[in-house]
Amino acid sequence: MELICPAGTPAALRSAIDAGADAVYCGFNDETNARNFPGLNFSRDELRKGIAFAHSRGARILVAINTFPRASSVALWQRAVDDAVDAGADALIVADIGLMDYVARRHPGQRLHVSVQAAAADPDAIAFYVETFGARRVVLPRVLSVSEIAQITREVSCETEVFVFGGLCVMAEGRCSLSSYATGKSPNMQGVCSPASHVAYEETAQGTTSRLGGFTINRFAPQEAAGYPTLCKGRFSTEHGDGYIFEDPVSLDATTLLAGLRTAGVAALKIEGRQRGRAYIESVVRHFRRALDTMEDGSEADVGSLKPFTEGQASTVGAYRKTWR
Amino acid sequence: MRPLPLLPLQLVLGGFLARILKRNPGLLDRLGDHRRARFGIRPVDLPFAFIVEAAPPRLSAVRELPPGLDAYVSASLANLLALVEGRVDGDALMFSRALTIEGDIEAVLALRNAIDDAQLDLAAELALLLGPLGEPARRSFELVRDSLAGSPQKAR
Ligand code: SF4
Repeated sequence: MELICPAGTPAALRSAIDAGADAVYCGFNDETNARNFPGLNFSRDELRKGIAFAHSRGARILVAINTFPRASSVALWQRAVDDAVDAGADALIVADIGLMDYVARRHPGQRLHVSVQAAAADPDAIAFYVETFGARRVVLPRVLSVSEIAQITREVSCETEVFVFGGLCVMAEGRCSLSSYATGKSPNMQGVCSPASHVAYEETAQGTTSRLGGFTINRFAPQEAAGYPTLCKGRFSTEHGDGYIFEDPVSLDATTLLAGLRTAGVAALKIEGRQRGRAYIESVVRHFRRALDTMEDGSEADVGSLKPFTEGQASTVGAYRKTWR
Repeated sequence: MRPLPLLPLQLVLGGFLARILKRNPGLLDRLGDHRRARFGIRPVDLPFAFIVEAAPPRLSAVRELPPGLDAYVSASLANLLALVEGRVDGDALMFSRALTIEGDIEAVLALRNAIDDAQLDLAAELALLLGPLGEPARRSFELVRDSLAGSPQKAR
C-alpha cells in the first residue's frame, strides 16, 4: 500500500519524503484547496520545485484542487488545474464534477483522483466518476467500516485510498455547513473550516475559552487536553448537562487496522494534516512507514506513540470499527 | 536578585531577528498581510517578554507585555525555541495546553507556518552573527537549549 502524506510548505514536503512518503499531496496558496490557511501552501514556483524534488527522490506529488468553484470565478479553479498539470503533477485530487469534466476534456492524459470532499461512498457513485471522467482512484469518506471498504473496493474498477491518521470530519465531507453557519466560510467553498480569522481564545482562571464567529464553543480547564475550535467538536449545554454532541476532540489513528485495510484491497493510505508543522509530518510519516514495514515482516506495530499529536490527546479508529449504524 | 538589564538583550536579539529575516526572505512572503503585526511573545518561565515585529524588523524586551498588541503567544522557553526551529508541532502544543495564543489567531498561524517553512537553525544563525565568536556561542546556545528540557513537547 502506498503512503500518501500531507505538506503545507516546501519544507514539509521535503520532510515527508525524507521520512518515507511514497507520495505527497499539497495545494496552491488560494481557495482552490481545502486547507486554505494563512501562511500555508504553495506558489506555482514552489510547486514546480517540489515536484522536481519529489521526482528526483522517486516520490510523487498529488495536487489537491478540491474545493467547489464559485459560479463567478470558475476560471480560478481551471487555472489551478492547468498550472498543476503544467508543473508535472502526478495526479489531481478533485471534488467538483464540473472541474473533473474540465480535467477530463482539457487534460485527458492526466491522472485524476476523486477527493474525499466528493463524499463518494458507494460503488454506483464511484462508478460514475470512473466512467464519466476516467477517475483512477477514489479517496473514501471517513464514514465507512473496514468491511464496507472491502466491499466497495471489490466492486469498483478504480483504486481506493483511505485515511489512517489525523483530524476527523464527522459530517459527510463536502456537505458540512457548520463552519458556514458560524463564520460564513466553509471548507467546501473557501477551503477552510473554522477560519482562524473568526477564532478567538480567551485565557481566564477557569481555563481557555474558544469562540468561533462569536459563538462560545468550548472551555478547557487549565490542564485539560484541547482540540480544534470547530463546531463539530464543541461542547454544548443541554438539559442533560454539558458535553460533546457530535464528536469528542479526538484524532483518527488506524495503525492497528493496517493489515485489515490491506486485505480489503486498499491501494493507498492517507495521513491528514497539511496544516501541521514539520515535526508532525516527520513523526507521523515515519511511524506509518515503520508500521507498514513491520506489517510486512509480521512484527507488532508501535501503537500509541502518536498520542502527543492527536486532538484532545486521544485517538479513535472512528467508523472503521463501527458498532453503531 | 537584581532583574536582568533588558537593553543589551534587546540589542543582541534585535540584530539577530533582522539577520534572520534578511537571510530568509520567504518568511515575509508567507507572513503576507500579517508582516506588520505586533506579536507579544512570553516565555512563561522567564521574567521578561518580547514584542516582535517583522516589517520593519523590531524587537523589544519588556517586563510585561502591554495590551493592544495584535497577538500574544506564551509557552515555556524550551517550547518556544523548539517551535521556532520546527522541532515541535504548534497544534500538538495547543492540544496539550503547553502553548496559549490570544488576539489575531490568523496572524499567529501565518507566523507559525512561515517559521516552520524557514527551517531555522538558531545555533547556526547565532554563530554566523557573531563571526569569530560564533563557534563558542553556538556550542553554548546548544548546551543551554538542550538543558532546558529533554522533551520540549511536554514542557509546560
Ligand atoms: S465542522 Fe467539523 S465536520 Fe464540519 S467541516 Fe469542520 S471539521 Fe469537518
